[in-house]
Amino acid sequence: MTNVVNLTEPIGAGAFDVEAIRRDFPALSLEVNGKPLVFLDSAASAQKPRAVIDAMTRAYESQYANVHRGTYHLSQVATENYENARAKVAQFMNAKSPDEIIFTHSATAGFNLVAHSFGSMLEAGDEIIVSVMEHHANIVPWQLLRDRTGIEIKVAPIDDAGNFLIGEFEKLLGPRTKLVAVTHVSNVLGTVTPVKEIVRLAHDNGTPVLFDGAQGIVHEGVDVQDLDCDFYVWTGHKLYGPTGIGVLWGKSEWLEKMPPFEGGGDMISLVTFEKTTYREPPARFEAGTPPIVEAVGLGAAIDYVTAVGPDRIAAHEKELLDYAMLRLADVEGLRILGRAQQKAGIVSFEFGDVHSHDVATIIDSAGVAVRAGHHCAQPLMERFGVTSTSRASFGMYTTRAEVDALAEALEKVREIFG
Amino acid sequence: MIDDDLRDLYQEVILDHGKNPRNFRHPEDASHKALGNNPLCGDRLTVYLRLDENQNIRDAAFEGKGCAISIASASMMTDMVKGKPLAEAQALFERFHRMCTGDDDGGVADGFEDELEKLKVMSGVRQFPMRVKCATLAWHTMNAAAEGEDAATTE
Repeated sequence: MTNVVNLTEPIGAGAFDVEAIRRDFPALSLEVNGKPLVFLDSAASAQKPRAVIDAMTRAYESQYANVHRGTYHLSQVATENYENARAKVAQFMNAKSPDEIIFTHSATAGFNLVAHSFGSMLEAGDEIIVSVMEHHANIVPWQLLRDRTGIEIKVAPIDDAGNFLIGEFEKLLGPRTKLVAVTHVSNVLGTVTPVKEIVRLAHDNGTPVLFDGAQGIVHEGVDVQDLDCDFYVWTGHKLYGPTGIGVLWGKSEWLEKMPPFEGGGDMISLVTFEKTTYREPPARFEAGTPPIVEAVGLGAAIDYVTAVGPDRIAAHEKELLDYAMLRLADVEGLRILGRAQQKAGIVSFEFGDVHSHDVATIIDSAGVAVRAGHHCAQPLMERFGVTSTSRASFGMYTTRAEVDALAEALEKVREIFG
Repeated sequence: MIDDDLRDLYQEVILDHGKNPRNFRHPEDASHKALGNNPLCGDRLTVYLRLDENQNIRDAAFEGKGCAISIASASMMTDMVKGKPLAEAQALFERFHRMCTGDDDGGVADGFEDELEKLKVMSGVRQFPMRVKCATLAWHTMNAAAEGEDAATTE
């Protein structure tokens, strides 16, 4: 099975029923400030379908015990469910084996794991390449590693439209480049980076590649064997699953070489005070009681996304994006940041000289929820000479009417700020 | 149609101070300064004070980027504390902070009646808990500057 999506595939008539999908998400029928909720912040965290909520309730009510330990029935059920979720994740990303799937607590935890474990094999003077549009989660762990070991961080630039500059990136690759860690899809600009080109150039240089897939897995999907990258990090809650669970996929040849990051129960083979041996991946990297029920919830989210169809979700979001770019262009004083040729359903904008927090507060009174601020990407804000933006982001349940509601709510901002 | 809470938050006085901030400058002769940072939104303000030997605030000014609420608050604050003894300005901050968080009973007569009457326009933030820090950032920063700290944060 492959989950690579085809953005050019049209949505067939009746094939994608957004209203039916919306009915599966309890939160979407909420009212806020007396108005129907217009939820345009899925890139921060997506709402959950009832299937996810129900699966987690069921897991807590009748399938719950600790995993990998008990010899009794309930523990075996919980362990099976947990490992089934791992298999679903592996299939969803087209990983070679579930053993390449490490459950973490978040995407952030995935970056930190690689920075500590893979990072411990680096030396002063070694180099890591990130891009200017990284989330802080793909910047700060490398800076902490730099402080520990003296590595250097190089930053790949973008153009004013937000396109990743592959030629400039290529120039940064050198004999000391030990890792490329860049985003698949920018959480601010929506830019889809040329991931295959990045992998090809890095591998030609003998350098492994890590992708931040927090947005990429949601909006673009990934087939890690086809892409041939080395690490892919993402989180459950942006893919309509629960918080508290993330995924680090790594090629087994890397994972087998990497030392443990956190120590504790479940990751050991034999412990004595003189010497402890560690289990094989993925167990080596999952110290302590894992997010058991969260894994079940993530499995249910993957089932839901798979049933709707990742390709059809991507096509729906692309159509919405095209509509939003046109509709918002009509709003006087609105400036969109990020017009990359390859772009996912994320629209950052400035509105006149009104601060994004004022915009967000005012349109919230119309029930419209957008993210305001620096989006955990301050270096990118600096790149564009702004301190913050407003950001509308789309999910499978977003409608054109909600894009219209955003545009109309912005008129309220104009009314107040003149 | 604008609802009452929003009108309360974005009163004309605030919009005016937000658009045309007073004391928006960098005085070369400042004796104290601090950078105020709201890590949630990335807003940054630098507050400058010139204190005389008796700890009176001879000049107060600021620079930076922020939302209408934080800029208006910095503008009003600098206007208000100029000429006051530092201790009085800090006491006023105490009262203002309580006003913004809704803990203020308003009944204590402490000589700040005029100032608090003017600052009342900021009290609309009470209905918007996420925005209280916008209103108090400049004051925290003023405090930090006076205490000789380089930086303040709303965290």
